[in-house]
Amino acid sequence: MADRQVKEMAEDVEAPVFETVAFTTPPKLSEANVAIVTSASLHHADQDDFAPNDTGFRVLDGKRRDYQTGHWSPNFDSIGFASDINTIIPLDRLDELASQGTIGKVSESHLSYAGNQFDLTAIRMDSGPAGATLLKKQGVDVVILTPV
Amino acid sequence: MSTLAHVFEAHGIATVALGSIRKQIERAAPPRGLWCDFPLGRPLGKPGDPAFQHRVLEHAFRLLQAEGPVLEEFEEAVTDGAELLTCPLPPRSNADLHPAIDEVRGLRPAYERAVQQFGNHAATGRVVDADGVEDALLSLILVADRTPWKEAGIPGIPARVAQDIRGYYEMAALGLSDHIPAAWSGTRWFFDSTEGGKLLLEARSAMREAGEKQPIWFYMAPGDR
Repeated sequence: MADRQVKEMAEDVEAPVFETVAFTTPPKLSEANVAIVTSASLHHADQDDFAPNDTGFRVLDGKRRDYQTGHWSPNFDSIGFASDINTIIPLDRLDELASQGTIGKVSESHLSYAGNQFDLTAIRMDSGPAGATLLKKQGVDVVILTPV
Repeated sequence: MSTLAHVFEAHGIATVALGSIRKQIERAAPPRGLWCDFPLGRPLGKPGDPAFQHRVLEHAFRLLQAEGPVLEEFEEAVTDGAELLTCPLPPRSNADLHPAIDEVRGLRPAYERAVQQFGNHAATGRVVDADGVEDALLSLILVADRTPWKEAGIPGIPARVAQDIRGYYEMAALGLSDHIPAAWSGTRWFFDSTEGGKLLLEARSAMREAGEKQPIWFYMAPGDR
């Protein structure tokens, strides 16, 4: 199993083209509310698993650590996340940065989508905006996006 | 990931997208992107290494100071390496059982030890929990022996069943190892060294040869298998 081979299989997947690039200037990092959004299909054990081609998202409680991966692709290493959730969702690191004052605060909620989608229309037009609206209402200023 | 970056920025949230595949992140061009040459599944690079994870985040947060779209590369690459995980497999204890069944019983203590130490993040139990792995393997034995998969009693979508079995074994590998294995080494160990992994590949091959639809069998194992 070679990581390079798997990456080569995925590197030519089409991506949507955005004619204009939105660009938001954040507040000072020491005052920013930071959330993680991942495409690793994470969910809590008591939430619905992701279905194949699931274009929805799950809201992750930042105080919990019982995240499970629901990704349908077999094409990634899973033992890293199994041993340390921060490999994908670095909430312990963000908590440390918040306690040091490097970032303002860690959001109470974080989001998880299912990556490895070939048709991103629904995420671009529906669940993506819905997730952004949810985090915006919670005062999130900055999002770190992590893949699987 | 990059598509979400564009959407979130349009809603007034500043983003930094981490990417593990260079061509993908270049093509999708998120407003702020950090290409990290890390193994798939490890976007923060190194499990169990807070200092390294902090360096990745520090670089990511620096990109927030950019005045326009930016794509940078993290200074340090992490490769999957060539670690050959040598977890001691349990010896045969019951010669009357299929080797995979005997093996999965023998691995149970290591699996339980790993779940107790690390939690069940690999999520065995989505359709097959630890108690159900044995029956799932029995269904794969039938498939490998050319029983049509729909008649073999596979307890769910084959890809998910395969993931749960792989998760069980990889958790057992964590329980048997004295360190966090290099990326993919747990997967290599499962498919190349264990009876369960070999059985899964045999069942997958049988489904392919029987003319089953490609999405049904293909995702039971990584694409290069």
